[in-house]
Amino acid sequence: MKISPTITVAAGLSTGADKRHEDGQMLRVRTTKGWTLYDPRLAWMLVAPVLLLLIIFLVLPIAVMAVYTFFTFVTAGVETGTLTTANWHEFLTDSYYHGFLWKTLRVAAMTALLCGVLGYFPAYFIWATTFKHKWLLLLLLIVPFWISFTIRTFSWINILGEQGVINVALLKMGIISEPLPMLYNEGAVIVGLLHFLLPYMILNVYVSLESIDRTLISAARSMGCTSAQAFREVTLPLSLPGLAAGLLLCFVLAAGSYVTPQLLGSGRDALFGNLISDTIMEQLNWPMGATLSIVLFVVLGFFAAIYTRYMGMSQIVKGLGG
Amino acid sequence: MTPGPSSGTGFQKVLDNMTAPKLPGQQSGALFSSAGSSAVLEKSSPAVEFRNIEIAYGKFVAVRDFSLSIQKGSFVTLLGPSGCGKTTILRSIAGLVDISGGQIMIDGRRVDDVPIYKRNIGLVFQSYALFPHKSVFDNVAFGLKYHNVPKSDIERKVGKALEMVRLPGSEKKLPSQLSGGQQQRIALARAIVFEPQVLLLDEPLSALDANMREEMRVEIKKIQKETGITAIFVTHDQEEALSMSDRIVVMNAGAMEQIGAPEEVYEMPATAFVADFLGKANMLAGTVSKSDGPTATVTLAAGQTVKVVSPKPLSPGAPVTVVVRPEKLSLESGAMANRLTGRVASTSYLGGSATYEIDIGGKRTVRVNTQINGRVVREGGAINIGFDPAGCVLLDEKGIRIS
Ligand SMILES: Nc1ncnc2c1ncn2[C@@H]1O[C@H](COP(=O)(O)OP(=O)(O)OP(=O)(O)O)[C@@H](O)[C@H]1O
Ligand SMILES: [Mg+2]
Repeated sequence: MKISPTITVAAGLSTGADKRHEDGQMLRVRTTKGWTLYDPRLAWMLVAPVLLLLIIFLVLPIAVMAVYTFFTFVTAGVETGTLTTANWHEFLTDSYYHGFLWKTLRVAAMTALLCGVLGYFPAYFIWATTFKHKWLLLLLLIVPFWISFTIRTFSWINILGEQGVINVALLKMGIISEPLPMLYNEGAVIVGLLHFLLPYMILNVYVSLESIDRTLISAARSMGCTSAQAFREVTLPLSLPGLAAGLLLCFVLAAGSYVTPQLLGSGRDALFGNLISDTIMEQLNWPMGATLSIVLFVVLGFFAAIYTRYMGMSQIVKGLGG
Repeated sequence: MTPGPSSGTGFQKVLDNMTAPKLPGQQSGALFSSAGSSAVLEKSSPAVEFRNIEIAYGKFVAVRDFSLSIQKGSFVTLLGPSGCGKTTILRSIAGLVDISGGQIMIDGRRVDDVPIYKRNIGLVFQSYALFPHKSVFDNVAFGLKYHNVPKSDIERKVGKALEMVRLPGSEKKLPSQLSGGQQQRIALARAIVFEPQVLLLDEPLSALDANMREEMRVEIKKIQKETGITAIFVTHDQEEALSMSDRIVVMNAGAMEQIGAPEEVYEMPATAFVADFLGKANMLAGTVSKSDGPTATVTLAAGQTVKVVSPKPLSPGAPVTVVVRPEKLSLESGAMANRLTGRVASTSYLGGSATYEIDIGGKRTVRVNTQINGRVVREGGAINIGFDPAGCVLLDEKGIRIS
């Protein structure tokens, strides 16, 4: 008679219960005061606080927002509960919104790709280095998080602005006669986003590199690969899941960004987040603001879902490596 | 047909090189620039030769003053406890670790400065190290691709190699869809398909379960025989070493203890370490009490006297260790010259045979492994054991065999 380990453990832990397992005897799950080890009720109890928080602070507000999209906007700051599809109609027909959505996705995609290209190398370096204090390099990645994100974004004004470090230096050296317009454009926004997102990318790629069995590389080398060929055949393909995860993360975070375009971009460089903020804070149009929020939520959710599906596959491949 | 460096073997016959038996090395040039003269070299130079190599990891010397010459087509096993430097030596042949002193020659050519990818060596790892993102076909074809084998040949050779490891038709599978044993077969196919000069196997069986291990042992040995490839096998399993090898190199703490054929190493351990590591021999310390030509009488620490045959006259009073294999001891031996009396401390019944730990006094237990005829002696039973005076090996006070 096979005794499942779970049951055995449960029996082992029980107090005062009969511990003999005799062949042919019916095996019951032993319990202590009516509880078994790995009791589903225990699992629910442990998850409950988080679940409750999520419901109250995430699911519920989103539901309220969703309802709000059907409210009627009267005038700034005033709306009635009369249900209408006018907001959705406006969003779906007005190309003004479509333009914003498109631009947001474009900027986010560009940022994510740049992050991927710029982030892979540092990650690879940290992974490949024989430097004894690797942890220090990883720590350096986290250091920026010790400073407020807003302050870090502001710092770019002192670097890229007309009175910023770069312009002043170039002017002093006589290389340029007029300050270069580097701030308040899409480039500045992307630079700011890169600054914010690169650590996420590097960490993601690093983790997937770290999970590669290094004997695979030895194997490739012994079969005639140069280092570069071994990288192309083994290291790169096996680190793609991390790169893919990093890309998704950077894309979603960039598409949802609000502070960076606000501080480093001009009015024309506003992203969808700024549009939402403007609709709610300036126009005081809550129903439309809610509609736009739900749109962004659904669009990014859609991307994440598609992506995870695809990544789920490559994740399996990666799992085999470990 | 001009013989390439490894072509004097049956390799070509098996892997069937067909029209142009081009060895990868000949195409890339550098490594086999002396290929033309290798017909001469072949007879004279061993497949792999170490000359006083030393390998250090930083300040830690993992291998010291190691010299070994391995004949073409032979199966040599490096045997030793964990951490003794077996893997390090193997990796040094492949070029995965740098040696800090001495020379390594492959087919009579120094390879110290030859980079890994030009060394033409097949490696099989303990962890299989199959590429998880590549199909079985691509895994096996990998080495061929990087040895510039034409596409048309690749398919045929991969097919042949898979047949050899008895997994034909598995080309499209991913490694994850195979069992451990099957994965190790694919790893073996991948390592031999491009006809390397040497096949290196680093504990290839230790991740397999016991039954599979035995099966793979036979199979690896068979394939090695068929292909005639020179194989260097690393293990810490003495049974593996004894059953597969042409020669065994017993290692301890980065240095070689003994080299020889399996029977030689087993029957005539050169040092106390070898005697103990291979087969857990009984080491009975004592002193010579009487010496009479080839035979001597030794008084054991526990007080008994035994007669032994020594290859060299011993001087009375000299400390010796009498090494007796558990199988060389017999129970209830009326006629035996050396009789020791003891009490069974533990019995392990193994089916056809049994292993006893027998307390012979003086805090010594002796291990006896014997066929069961009659009954199994249980713990606590008094027992007589004996051994043939010629059935033991004598070690001097330094633990070196007296010869
Ligand atoms: N990369 C390394 N850096 C420093 N020391 C190492 C390194 N690799 C191995 N060593 C040391 O070198 C010694 C020999 O290691 P090696 O891996 O060759 O042992 P082994 O005989 O293969 O052992 P095992 O049977 O456990 O595989 C060990 O003491 C180990 O600690
Ligand atoms: Mg090892």
